[in-house]
Amino acid sequence: MMSGIPNSRWLFIAFVLISLAVTFVEDSINPYFFQVIIYVGINIILASSLSLINGFAGQFSLGHAGFMAIGAYTSAYVSSLIVTSTDGFAATALFPLILLSGGVMASLFGLLVGFPSFRVKGDYLAITTLGFGEIIRVVIQNLDFLGGARGFTSIPRISNTFWVFSTVALVVFVISNIVRSTWGKGFLAISEDEISAEAMGINSARYKMTAFATGAFFAGIAGALYAHFVTYINPSQFGFIRSIEIVVMVIVGGMHNIAGVVIAAVVLTILPEALRPIAEYRMVIYSLMLVVIMLTRPQGIFGTTRAFTDWRRKLLASFGAKGKA
Amino acid sequence: MSELLQQVINGVSLGSIYALIALGYTMIYGILRFINFAHGDVFMVGAFVGYYFTPIILPLVGGSLLLGGPMVMIASMLVCSLLGVTIEKLAYRPLRSRPKLTILITAIGISLFLEFGGQLVFGPDPKLYPTIIPSATIVSTDTLVITSNPIVVIGTTLLLLFMLRAVVYHTKMGTAMRAVSYNHRAASLMGINIDTVISFTFVLGSSLAAAAAVLYSSVYPSINPLMGIMVGLKAFVAAVIGGIGNLGGAALGGLIIGITETFVTGYISSTYRDAIAFGILIIILIVKPSGLLGTGESEKV
Repeated sequence: MMSGIPNSRWLFIAFVLISLAVTFVEDSINPYFFQVIIYVGINIILASSLSLINGFAGQFSLGHAGFMAIGAYTSAYVSSLIVTSTDGFAATALFPLILLSGGVMASLFGLLVGFPSFRVKGDYLAITTLGFGEIIRVVIQNLDFLGGARGFTSIPRISNTFWVFSTVALVVFVISNIVRSTWGKGFLAISEDEISAEAMGINSARYKMTAFATGAFFAGIAGALYAHFVTYINPSQFGFIRSIEIVVMVIVGGMHNIAGVVIAAVVLTILPEALRPIAEYRMVIYSLMLVVIMLTRPQGIFGTTRAFTDWRRKLLASFGAKGKA
Repeated sequence: MSELLQQVINGVSLGSIYALIALGYTMIYGILRFINFAHGDVFMVGAFVGYYFTPIILPLVGGSLLLGGPMVMIASMLVCSLLGVTIEKLAYRPLRSRPKLTILITAIGISLFLEFGGQLVFGPDPKLYPTIIPSATIVSTDTLVITSNPIVVIGTTLLLLFMLRAVVYHTKMGTAMRAVSYNHRAASLMGINIDTVISFTFVLGSSLAAAAAVLYSSVYPSINPLMGIMVGLKAFVAAVIGGIGNLGGAALGGLIIGITETFVTGYISSTYRDAIAFGILIIILIVKPSGLLGTGESEKV
């Protein structure tokens, strides 16, 4: 099982360094482009973390925006307690802690949401996770210390290219390694056929819990990064449609293909921006695309993993051939 | 005491609307074994068809609501049946032998298409639904007011439920439906045309959703293209609570959701209204996944 991402920690380190370098020039980037770039990063984190749950582990979840909301709100609350000024060393030094708080809290809820997956499968699970997402949203709406329906205001703006894209690198690195490990084989086994997997000695409950906890953890971090970028969050930003958007990225990218999911996240974040002039048709095109993909290429635009690696190999081979000639 | 009675009447009225939609979910699930996510949006289209047809139909019958109301409902049922059958033919039929997840995602796609297409066609802003139920006060005391609205809703629902029962249990097509839901292969070997039966199921389900839409919009007259999401989800929850695939269960589940929701709104807080259905769903799925009236199916290895 290949994930389509070269297993290289050098690539990871290089990516972190590049994102750090870009941070120094980010003030000169057009604010609109900068915002799109940050959203691309956040969506890559969301989509690749969801691909672990929906794709590799085969536990179709429609509640990812709920985890994102928990991460966003937890981190916003934590930073309202500990961060006093947005500038300076203190905020930056505390930020990993803040991100972690969002991730850990989301992960705990991930375990909670993962629990029904022992008894509930397929489309029932989809509707259960959707229900959890909605409950999370409604409960936040009723919590006054989180601002209720009015939203949570004046969150310090700490997220920048470095924080977002080094997290992207970390998430993609971690998930593609999980997928390649024996854990990944286990996920694949329960997604293919749970009963056979159990018969082979795989503790499917443990694997499902791990998938939900890990996926939710990264979604929580994405939420935290988002909250500390937009500085204002309210429950309606984390509705059902948000979850669907992330699911679409995973489906378009290919359920078992992290490289595809990353590309899909990039394209599907930029595409709506490019389609701004015809904004009202955007979601119609989106939904039609989903139906057409399912009818024609249910394995996603980027195909099955194998097809994608074949294509990559051919591409590399063609470069190699040119090099020789 | 009379406040309680008031809440119960409102709850049963809302619950019977959920029940009508839930029946569509449950029948389609019974036959195709997948959640027709777009069902809630067929409901939404039903409301808009009613909205646009009322000003055309009412003058034709001289403004008589007693005659015009049912005609609006029937018009809406016809249009939605057509819509339901078209969705099934174009989107679900080609995928019938594919993994269930593929169909589920397609259904989500169709649902989004109807929602955002609806925003394009009908406009995103809420519209005021015309009155088609004659308004009258039937009982009026100091604390209890019963208007004609809930009575008409409950009465119409009961009538439709009896008609559905008659169709499912006393016609040839109904028997075929039950046969197909029991076993596709065996039914087709007996000479039943599966495609026709499935189309017919979509006709029944979608027309019940349209009837529910006309009733719902008469009680809650603000309609918008996204109205089907929440109502649809709650009706689906109702179907699951009652035991999906079970007609009586869908009606029971609808009543449970409707009454609980009205009570939560009335006695606790209206802001928790949308969460309560999902709370019940999660509890039911953990405690008795097959639903209250459903029979569990063991998975064959």
